[in-house]
Amino acid sequence: MEFHDAQKFVARSIDEITNRFQKVPGSAMLIRYIQSSYQDDPVRSAIELILVIFFIRYLLAPSYATHTGNFVTLTEEEIDDLVDEWTPEPLVAPQTAFEKEEAEKLPVIVGPSGPKTRLSNGRTVTNLASYNFYNFVGNEQVKEKAIQTLRTYGVGPCGPPQFYGTQDVHMKTEADIASCLGTEGCIVYAQAFSTISSVIPAFCKRGDVIVADRAVNYAIRKGLQICRSTIRYYEHNDMEDLERVLQKVVKDQAKKPLTRRFIVTEGLFETVGDCVDLPKLVELKQRYKFRLMLDETWSFGVLGRTGRGLTEAQNVDASQVDMLVGSLAGPLCAGGGFCAGSVDVVAHQRITAASYTYSAALPAMLATTASETLNMLQSNPEVLVQCRDNIKAMRAQLDPRSDWVRCTSAIDNPVMLLVLKPDVVNSRRLSIMEQERLLQECVDETLANGVLITRLKSMPVAPGANGKDVGWKLQPALKVCVTTGLSKKEIEKAGITIRHAITKVLTRKTSSKLGLPSVG
Amino acid sequence: MPQRLPRNPFASSTTSAVAIPPTDKVSPRRPSTSKGNRLTQFFSSSPKSKEQQSAQEALLAAVAAQQQYLLNNPSPQISAPSLSLPTISLSTAKAGEANMDEPPTTLFQPPSFAEAKRQARIDAQFGPLGSQSHRYVSKHMGGALSKPVIDEPPYYYVLTTYISYLILIIFGHVRDFFGKRFRPDHYRHLKAANGYAALNSDFDNFYVRRLKLRIDDCFARPITGVPGRYVSLIDRKTDDFNKNYQFTGTYTETLNMSSYNYLGFAQSEGPCADAVEETIKKYGISATSPRADAGTSDLVLEVEERIAKFVGKPAAMVFSMGFSTNATSFPALVGKGDLIISDELNHASIRIGARLSGAMITSFKHNDMEDLERILRENISQGQPRTHRPWKKILVVVEGLYSMEGTMCDLPGLLELKKRYKYNLFVDEAHSIGALGPRGRGVCDYFGIDPAEVDILMGTLTKSFGANGGYVAAEKHIIDKLRSTNAATIYGESPTPPVLMQILSALKIIQGEINPGQGEERLQRIAFNSRYLRLGLKRLGFIVYGHDDSPIIPIVLYNPAKMPAFSHEMLRRKISVVIVGYPATPLISSRARFCVSAAHNKDDMDRLLAACDEIGNVLQLKFSTGVAGGAEHLPDGVTPEMEDEWRKANGLQGVVQAPRWTLREVIANGVQDVKQPLR
Repeated sequence: MEFHDAQKFVARSIDEITNRFQKVPGSAMLIRYIQSSYQDDPVRSAIELILVIFFIRYLLAPSYATHTGNFVTLTEEEIDDLVDEWTPEPLVAPQTAFEKEEAEKLPVIVGPSGPKTRLSNGRTVTNLASYNFYNFVGNEQVKEKAIQTLRTYGVGPCGPPQFYGTQDVHMKTEADIASCLGTEGCIVYAQAFSTISSVIPAFCKRGDVIVADRAVNYAIRKGLQICRSTIRYYEHNDMEDLERVLQKVVKDQAKKPLTRRFIVTEGLFETVGDCVDLPKLVELKQRYKFRLMLDETWSFGVLGRTGRGLTEAQNVDASQVDMLVGSLAGPLCAGGGFCAGSVDVVAHQRITAASYTYSAALPAMLATTASETLNMLQSNPEVLVQCRDNIKAMRAQLDPRSDWVRCTSAIDNPVMLLVLKPDVVNSRRLSIMEQERLLQECVDETLANGVLITRLKSMPVAPGANGKDVGWKLQPALKVCVTTGLSKKEIEKAGITIRHAITKVLTRKTSSKLGLPSVG
Repeated sequence: MPQRLPRNPFASSTTSAVAIPPTDKVSPRRPSTSKGNRLTQFFSSSPKSKEQQSAQEALLAAVAAQQQYLLNNPSPQISAPSLSLPTISLSTAKAGEANMDEPPTTLFQPPSFAEAKRQARIDAQFGPLGSQSHRYVSKHMGGALSKPVIDEPPYYYVLTTYISYLILIIFGHVRDFFGKRFRPDHYRHLKAANGYAALNSDFDNFYVRRLKLRIDDCFARPITGVPGRYVSLIDRKTDDFNKNYQFTGTYTETLNMSSYNYLGFAQSEGPCADAVEETIKKYGISATSPRADAGTSDLVLEVEERIAKFVGKPAAMVFSMGFSTNATSFPALVGKGDLIISDELNHASIRIGARLSGAMITSFKHNDMEDLERILRENISQGQPRTHRPWKKILVVVEGLYSMEGTMCDLPGLLELKKRYKYNLFVDEAHSIGALGPRGRGVCDYFGIDPAEVDILMGTLTKSFGANGGYVAAEKHIIDKLRSTNAATIYGESPTPPVLMQILSALKIIQGEINPGQGEERLQRIAFNSRYLRLGLKRLGFIVYGHDDSPIIPIVLYNPAKMPAFSHEMLRRKISVVIVGYPATPLISSRARFCVSAAHNKDDMDRLLAACDEIGNVLQLKFSTGVAGGAEHLPDGVTPEMEDEWRKANGLQGVVQAPRWTLREVIANGVQDVKQPLR
């Protein structure tokens, strides 16, 4: 009985569906077409059917093969054996002797890191290793402001900027930086080091082209690595070479769809200390239609009459730089980094820059401190003049006078990088490693005489890397950071100490553990 | 049907006591202290664009005025009784506030006005504990970690969700189609111009332009002041559908269910803030140098030592940012020839770190130990792709507590597999440190597992300690090597002294060295609040994700339009919540997320439950079928052990009733029931 009903129901539904189908315009044509093709050409119908089946199978299949042909089929027992057999390497390699030595010698500071700093061994030394160029660390006004902020906002913002982590102080700091530079907008990140590594992949995608200086710092390198764009390098600070590379890129890309193109370079180079020719760079970028990402981490707060950075120093409108990245942690003695640019550039980063969206916001007191110190530079540019005088005084003791080292830094750069002179390196056939050892000895010797300086640290070879793929090997250097916290006399005295220490180390007969450099 | 809370009558007064006055009343009265002067003068002296200046100035003047208002001025605008009420509540007598020097003993002698105001301010950051029974010890019950049951809504909601997105996308494309023809200037940033390719790709930007913009006012709401128990939102309005916002000059104080303030250390008063102030005076603000140069201070070493002790590892190192802790630690640990097996829901920082390391990356299904085992067997037996060389090492990466799901990692299961497959285990405790475990020491503490069994314990200092930054803890030789090879140590800025001191003093409080008993109270309060809220929401009929003891409580909304509706309704009831949708979650399961804190008390949870109950009715959010908990009590005389038998006897096997408790029942039964295993 029920079965009968069901049959009737099915028949009725089929009728209805047929009726409806016939009402659809063009359905008669379709049916006629199928019928005629069956009658006229059964082979063709069969092929069409196969195509339909293939299409369905293709739709249902996984989007890509999970196992390539190189997959070995093993039984469960074999897998068990292989699992038992497998012995992993230790998680980290042991420290090398040099690393161990370096770690032991790492100065530990007790109390504030001012121009005169007490170390854990009880000695008070002259500190020329911190980026405390204007001695804002010890500034009472800055401290008072920070304490006020603490009493209003607490310490941490307890959340990422997109989730109730944006405080009014962050907006104020952003507005302050933007108005100081003269850009439309600005975005503040929680850490200077990871700012540029995040800005690059926020804009540069697969297929885009980046032309970068060969000597860019580690953070930029990591940004370039993660962004998946095509990277072209040009010789360090060589504008002619840059033009050559740009021309080549434009020529290569001429027939392809237009992609985003960027030039990435630094204002003051972290690893060399010299300064880029910004007007020329802007001219080139405009001629070849590239966007410019300028890392001003080491030049913002340093160059220019009021410390607005390279754009002020070389009279370039900051809006000509598409993305201007800087640090609030260095000379401004606060924390965090920023990227200034047009409104679009800033808005885009708020959603796509990883270290902005996925990280907690900057602590309020660091934001207000940045605003405060930035304002102090604007209202009191004499401190920059004083700093430059000190740089000059330090340079006078080192660069032309020392027989062993020369300073690669720009004339206004308070971070003075001292590399061994080429003839010293050549005559002694010093490898990079040996130079680092020698310079570490210089640092130790200088510290023994009461002046704390440091070295330009190179990144150790990554685990698993064979060391072949290192394009640019930075030249080991001593790093001397000048500060206004010391008088000219003290700076000169420290300069003499450094020079003598270098001379002493390099004229040492046995040159300690170094021995004679091996040939080959 | 509005349901009234059987709530502590004092609770509402706490809210109003710190209500910020309308700015128009106070802004003419410029603050005359040095602070105010500096703040305002700051602005007038620096050259800046007109608009920003005036907006910012108004904003800052308002802030200054507000501080002034709160701190100094006895004002007729706030009625005295409403202020004095919270402090005379007898139930707050044991609130654990150390600086409450003289608790009033009689009901009719209210404390002085200034004192009351100060107390109200403190209470707005860290709520007083209502009763000693509102505490619970966060601890695993033993046995394997049960998988949370994922409840599903009726198909109607699933279908309408897909249709909603479809409509949004179609409308978006239609608007784009006409917009590009009739209002080309609005699309200029998406088109190549003057030989430059567009900065944003049209396709990538579609989601932001057509979906996110519609609900943009629910994101990135700016705040001021301390994000503690309450948070002050800066009100803003928009005239052009969320493209631009204007500040109205007013503030709304809301219950803060959005900040990662697990142990309630976001405070501008109390021992932490006092210690930080001392540190600023002594050390200044910044360390001004990377760790490897001259940024290693006695303070940072002390913090590292204490963190190591706290998490139970021989050594630890700290960083100035949690994100870069992960981003730089992976390249220092693994490289070419190594394999990273990562949980599919791991945080972006882990993914970026893993990508930077150059190691092979593969992922397993969230918290699925069988899938992990399958992948391990396959990879160990097959070796590296193409060459079939054995992997040098395998690093399995999980999070202790997942910030979008509220689930914990299955640590016992992972360690079981670790014995067999000899991999290294990296646990990111960004959310679990401080928030889980009887001593607040994270997932190991929660499961009662020796931390030595986990190779690397990483965590952030932002969430539970009210500070900023991250740490990595491991065996001494690992940390020693990491110090020499981690990029953030060599080039990144070191953590600043005030932040370090905040960490140090928060740890001291948790360990009972400062204000003994307070740390324990904080730990037990967050555990109680988490369970109480989770149980309450389940009983009301919401679909709640995550494990019972997790302080992250997401409720699922499904339809995209319910995201802004939920957020706005909550804001109307002065509660700030986070809503999360695609792409941070799967397309279908957009959600609202509550982050419970030790700074909340039961009244706050009840207030939230009442709001959820009302909004849940209006927005039709009570979908739960009962499979995931929230069931009725067992009848008298039936114990949980006898439940199966009882069900068999009454023919109730497999019968699940959809929980739809009334708010009154939820609140009446909540406190006792959270102490039992949740059902």
